[in-house]
Amino acid sequence: MAYTLNGKTVEADEEGYLVDLNEWNEELADLIAKDENITMTPEHWEVINFLRDYYAEYQIAPAVRVLTKAIAKKMGPDKGNNKYLYELFPYGPGKQACKIAGLPKPTGCV
Amino acid sequence: MAAKYDVPEMYDPAERPIPALKLGAMADSKPYMASPVHQEKLGFPKELPDDWKDRAIKRMGELLTKYRSLRVYMDACVKCGACTDKCHYFLGSGDPKNMPVARQDLFRSVYRRYFTVTGKLFPKLVGAKDFTKELLDDWFNYFHECSQCRRCSVFCPYGIDTAEISMAARDVMDYVGYGQKYCNEIIGKVHEIGNNLGLPEAALANTLEGLEEDVLDDTGVAVKFPMDVEGAEVLLIPPSADFFAEPHVLGLMGYAKVFHAAGVSWTVSSYASEAANFGVFIGNYEQMRKLALRIREAALRLRVKRIIFGECGHAWRVAYSFLNTLAGPWDFLDQRYPIPQHILEFTYDLIKRKGITLDKSGNEGKVLTFHDSCNVARASRMGDFPGGQFVIPREVIKASVPTFVEMHRDTTCEKTFCCGGGGGLLTDELMDIRIKGARPRMEALKDVADNGGVTHMAAICAICKTQFTKVMPYYGFDREAVVSVHQLVSNAIILGNNK
Repeated sequence: MAYTLNGKTVEADEEGYLVDLNEWNEELADLIAKDENITMTPEHWEVINFLRDYYAEYQIAPAVRVLTKAIAKKMGPDKGNNKYLYELFPYGPGKQACKIAGLPKPTGCV
Repeated sequence: MAAKYDVPEMYDPAERPIPALKLGAMADSKPYMASPVHQEKLGFPKELPDDWKDRAIKRMGELLTKYRSLRVYMDACVKCGACTDKCHYFLGSGDPKNMPVARQDLFRSVYRRYFTVTGKLFPKLVGAKDFTKELLDDWFNYFHECSQCRRCSVFCPYGIDTAEISMAARDVMDYVGYGQKYCNEIIGKVHEIGNNLGLPEAALANTLEGLEEDVLDDTGVAVKFPMDVEGAEVLLIPPSADFFAEPHVLGLMGYAKVFHAAGVSWTVSSYASEAANFGVFIGNYEQMRKLALRIREAALRLRVKRIIFGECGHAWRVAYSFLNTLAGPWDFLDQRYPIPQHILEFTYDLIKRKGITLDKSGNEGKVLTFHDSCNVARASRMGDFPGGQFVIPREVIKASVPTFVEMHRDTTCEKTFCCGGGGGLLTDELMDIRIKGARPRMEALKDVADNGGVTHMAAICAICKTQFTKVMPYYGFDREAVVSVHQLVSNAIILGNNK
């Protein structure tokens, strides 16, 4: 599949994950989110930005636990849990948030 | 993408009805095909060549010669029907092609056409079929609706193992460039990076450091999560999901606490950071061997004396049944211990010898049941007595929690049902069949939840844990109701002042 943004085509795999991570930008993130029936809020962006920072350093998305801890630090302990992340990203914080962040899908038994 | 799925109705597991047949109900269910890049990394053809049929038949011939069991399975079936209602995917979907005998017949019809005299001369009389592209597509769909769990083989009077047929079929498909993306992409990642996730060394180190902080915050005890420590006693090989996903990671914290409390030095390896061996799912010996050899190399490099596997179902099948022939001899390890050992054997032994102390109040309020993982239950063993693979996990759970309740006996031990996501099916595009395949387990769980007060179900396989986390909400359960066995140990263990 592919996304069309401002007349430009951005290639994605069968599930909508970007083929070239460098093509990501915030406008594209909004578009991918819309496809996922998610309206981006500042809370969503906190997660997306953390994922992208972590990926830049480690070449992989963070473990769910690393993510919840980081969110707890930034947004308060009541939000540092799975439940909160599933509220933001109902299909699972790992996969759905990675897609919107333009990162590859975590593979394996996860 | 919250697609709507048709979730099957649940019945009393004691009176499970045989579903009404729905012809072609799952005909459209298929996984993504491996891309040329994924295929190439494994040395398979990038795509279907023009002469695919000849190549496929040649490969079938090789497999039929190499694995005599496969030929026996082809010839032995008498169509008695004992297997028909034993497959979770049939029970969940009603598609007759998900009856184990029908699945086998996809392979058998081609076998008869090209490898038997009667099939060559009178194909129609013996159900022999030309290997057409249409049939190949049926293979691709329905051999990826088999989780290779072997439940049907328990009921077959001839012991025909559909799992082996399904593995052979996938091997043939890989040889003609018709591979599955999920498995092949992942195998490629292990060759390159060392684990299914693609978790590089620095990320693994960071993850383990975070876990040390968490356990310290939680317990006040400095439990270590060592990586690449030369000279450690034990090399721990967990499924990489244990580093990444919930509730898996809570199990990993349990293993670490057990090692700590027992005073046994251990390490994980950044080179062999994966227990899973998807080579078995695609039925390819060379891939399976290449994956297993990483573990050998890590063990030699780190000069460990023992190898212990974490909670991972098919990994334990490969380790228990094949590790010696794949990557042995293991003469450099301490021969006084099982080679390899399962983390549950290790913990069970400590409990028996009072080498660790468990306080059940750490799991107060929980009522547990246990889901036997198919590969552990039917393709391996634990301990030194028959049925150890059933007894040992249960004893460890019972030592950790106040109350334990068994699910219906048609769904436990050697008759256990697959979680619905095994065998390389744990991928999002197969969610429909995964939900349907979970039905028999969900029925049995609902039964003990309603009538036995069960609050949590423990599992010992990374696939089972992820699959249940995803599908249980469709059946009205909380996703956190599935737990790791060592998560329960983690909650109960007394860490004391061990240094």
